[in-house]
Amino acid sequence: MKFVDEYRDADATAAVAREIHAAATRLHVIMEVCGGQTHSILRYGLDRLLPPQVELVHGPGCPVCVTPLDAIDRAHAIAQRPGVIFTSFGDMLRVPGSATDLLGLRARGADVRVVYSPLDAVELARKTPERQVVFFGIGFETTAPANAMALIAAKRQGVTNFSMLASHVLTPPAIASILQPRDNRVQAFLGPGHVCAIVGFRGFESLAQRYRVPIVITGFEPVDLLRGVLAAVRMRERGAFGVENAYERNVRPEGNPAAKHAIAEVFDVVDKNWRGVGAIPKSGMRINDRYRAFDADYIYDVGDIDTREPEACISGLVLRGVKRPCDCPAFGKACTPETPLGATMVSAEGACAAYYAHRRPA
Amino acid sequence: MCLAVPGEIVSVHEREGLKFGRVAFGGITREVCLEYQPASQIGDFVLVHVGFAIATVDREEAARQWAVLKELGEVE
Repeated sequence: MKFVDEYRDADATAAVAREIHAAATRLHVIMEVCGGQTHSILRYGLDRLLPPQVELVHGPGCPVCVTPLDAIDRAHAIAQRPGVIFTSFGDMLRVPGSATDLLGLRARGADVRVVYSPLDAVELARKTPERQVVFFGIGFETTAPANAMALIAAKRQGVTNFSMLASHVLTPPAIASILQPRDNRVQAFLGPGHVCAIVGFRGFESLAQRYRVPIVITGFEPVDLLRGVLAAVRMRERGAFGVENAYERNVRPEGNPAAKHAIAEVFDVVDKNWRGVGAIPKSGMRINDRYRAFDADYIYDVGDIDTREPEACISGLVLRGVKRPCDCPAFGKACTPETPLGATMVSAEGACAAYYAHRRPA
Repeated sequence: MCLAVPGEIVSVHEREGLKFGRVAFGGITREVCLEYQPASQIGDFVLVHVGFAIATVDREEAARQWAVLKELGEVE
């Protein structure tokens, strides 16, 4: 397939790996920010192609994993309302809330449906005017424009039985929160390529300057990922910091202006709680007052939410790159993709699920 | 979650005031919203995420990087 298979080419992957071996003369601890990158690295065994002095650490970039428990519980409360059709991306269905997950609610009679695109939920609302259609709008900057367009389209078309429960997170503040602790080990980042396709990478430049780290905008295929690692290693070897773009075919410095405009039209930046990680200033987005009539958080009063997180789960430490999935006593035993204790075991992009699929001890 | 897949635009149409296209991914085609790639046209490869084209693949950049990679491979 065009612009896919060639970046999975084994010879090209091996050639870049050789360059990394030749370039790395000392320790380099590099974090890939995005869960999709973590998944690719483990799926293709890319970490095993690297010299021992180049260490990859997995980052918090799994929106499914970091959606706060109270948002999940709120979604569950709304999904149980009579007359509601609750729509969501497929990977949210098995994320455990305090009591159950969306699949469990569906088994008990709630009308929970998977949509491919947020616009499908708006279309569903248009076709079923007698029901209330709620869409669980989660995601990073990559997904925000799609969710924004659903709200813009619903407002423009007067689809008043559509609303969105939004829980959006932003990557630059998350990178800052990784770098701030004194015991941080991460020395360079593979920047999230598809986030940058939307927002561009100028916003990452101030971060790179402030913390004096290389941030290399990186894609998701094996060749892309190793090119990102190579660029980060070379920058560190020559003592450089700043932003480099190793995903040139899909990322422009300014990003996607039309998509950025839609995000600004619909969302306001707010402080945000990340599941497992905690509160990060200005790291989230909420639906703004212009679109309040479509904000499920505003429409549905679900009362006080009393959240309960399983004690055995160390997903917070995994999301910050402090621990690896195999360091968890529950990994592969009490916690599996079939019976997940934490969200990092649910989403295919969660580090625990990626390790379970590709790196399970025999 | 941020998965995005490149596909080729095979047709363009409008629905409810929004620009859409049929995009081919290998053997499968699906409807994709092109509002965020307003200049895109038939034959362009676009990067698709949850039913939206978020970027148009820059073929010149792709060719340039590929040439560099070829060179790397041949050095050995």
